[in-house]
Amino acid sequence: MKIVVIKYNAGNIRSVDFALQRIGISATITDDKDEIRNADRVIFPGVGEAATTMRFLKQHKLDSLICDLKQPVLGVCLGLQLMCTHSEEGDTTCLGIFPEKVKKFIPLPGDSSHYKIPHMGWNSLSELKTPLFDGLSEADYFYFVHSYYATTGGDTAATCTYLNPFSAALQRDNFYATQFHPEKSGSAGSKLLSNFINLKF
Amino acid sequence: MLAKRIIPCLDIRDGQTVKGVNFVNIVSVGDPVELGKLYAEQGADELVFLDITATHEGRKTFVELVKRIAQNLDIPFTVGGGISEIRDAEALLAAGADKISINSSAVRNPNLINDLVRNFGSQFVVVAIDAREANNHWTVTVNGGRIPTDKELYSWAKEAEDRGAGEILFTSMNHDGTKNGFANKELAKLSEILTIPLIASGGAGSMEHFADVFTLGKADAGLAASIFHFREIAIPDLKHYLRTKDIVIR
Repeated sequence: MKIVVIKYNAGNIRSVDFALQRIGISATITDDKDEIRNADRVIFPGVGEAATTMRFLKQHKLDSLICDLKQPVLGVCLGLQLMCTHSEEGDTTCLGIFPEKVKKFIPLPGDSSHYKIPHMGWNSLSELKTPLFDGLSEADYFYFVHSYYATTGGDTAATCTYLNPFSAALQRDNFYATQFHPEKSGSAGSKLLSNFINLKF
Repeated sequence: MLAKRIIPCLDIRDGQTVKGVNFVNIVSVGDPVELGKLYAEQGADELVFLDITATHEGRKTFVELVKRIAQNLDIPFTVGGGISEIRDAEALLAAGADKISINSSAVRNPNLINDLVRNFGSQFVVVAIDAREANNHWTVTVNGGRIPTDKELYSWAKEAEDRGAGEILFTSMNHDGTKNGFANKELAKLSEILTIPLIASGGAGSMEHFADVFTLGKADAGLAASIFHFREIAIPDLKHYLRTKDIVIR
């Protein structure tokens, strides 16, 4: 099975590769369009700023390529946000794979001691759906670092609550995405990654 | 609910874990990768690796070590020590570090915070502050607490946040090494004025101290070194204890 991690200007891509290696999977990090199209699984990671990253994807014609993929695709963190329709970060039009919008966390007045921004650290999920979460439960914790969140809707595959409920995971057709970092989420994250690799498709 | 984080801190010299009991007597407590993995398996939520090597050769060893840590660890980790330029941070990011912490170099050149944030994002930049109290005034210190500066704790922490830091790691030099508990009053005040997460360091001696730092100190994370390295507190026991105190723990 051929696993590809899309290479672009988005922070710490190697940690996804290292996480796959730890579960015995070797992946190719590439921006080669044919290689991405022909892969069995595609991972679209991301740490960075939405507008800059979307601009980069368009310049390299990776935007339409990602939308047209037919194999299972997993977006991570900024990857999830860019797969939504629009992000408040830099007022950015995104890929529009999921109908959700991306909004900035607004702290509650006078409650800064409880709700720091970014939402940073380990949080649990509710309403877990899709085979991505096979063997995982509301008792498991995942590692988040983000200041923007995707709203919830019909494609929400897991909900997390911080200030307000948001989409911790999304799924539509062959497209999957997590706001948390499975590559940094201990054994629960490794389980999710292997579930993604083993999706029946 | 977002869990409070427990963070063991490992001091590294020439690629080896050390904990300064005092400046002349340093006791080695093992291989950083093995110790890091052990802590991760025991439930540590994050790790900090602090390079206390001063030499150029030692720096190269540290970057190699960071790569091995990134390959082997499945939880986030921060690296610090000797980062004074963008290219230092770049090498550590390329090696697989999730965050870097800067301390003295940020005090000497506050613009470094802005530059790092612009290049790598807020989530990558932790500003560590060592401060010491005398006559009700908290003075920011550099070089491991040895040199006082003209900066004051609260205004410097706020300035670091305004410059884009993603987290503040505050060490009270009055509490560090005492094992009498964290600087909860000061932490609570910091937590109130900051909108970014706050990591508490200095003074951990018992499990109760961690409960206090999350309730009284309102910290988002508690960091300690020797009590974990010398197995005075086991992380699974600590997490069990905190749960019985109704503190949200992974």
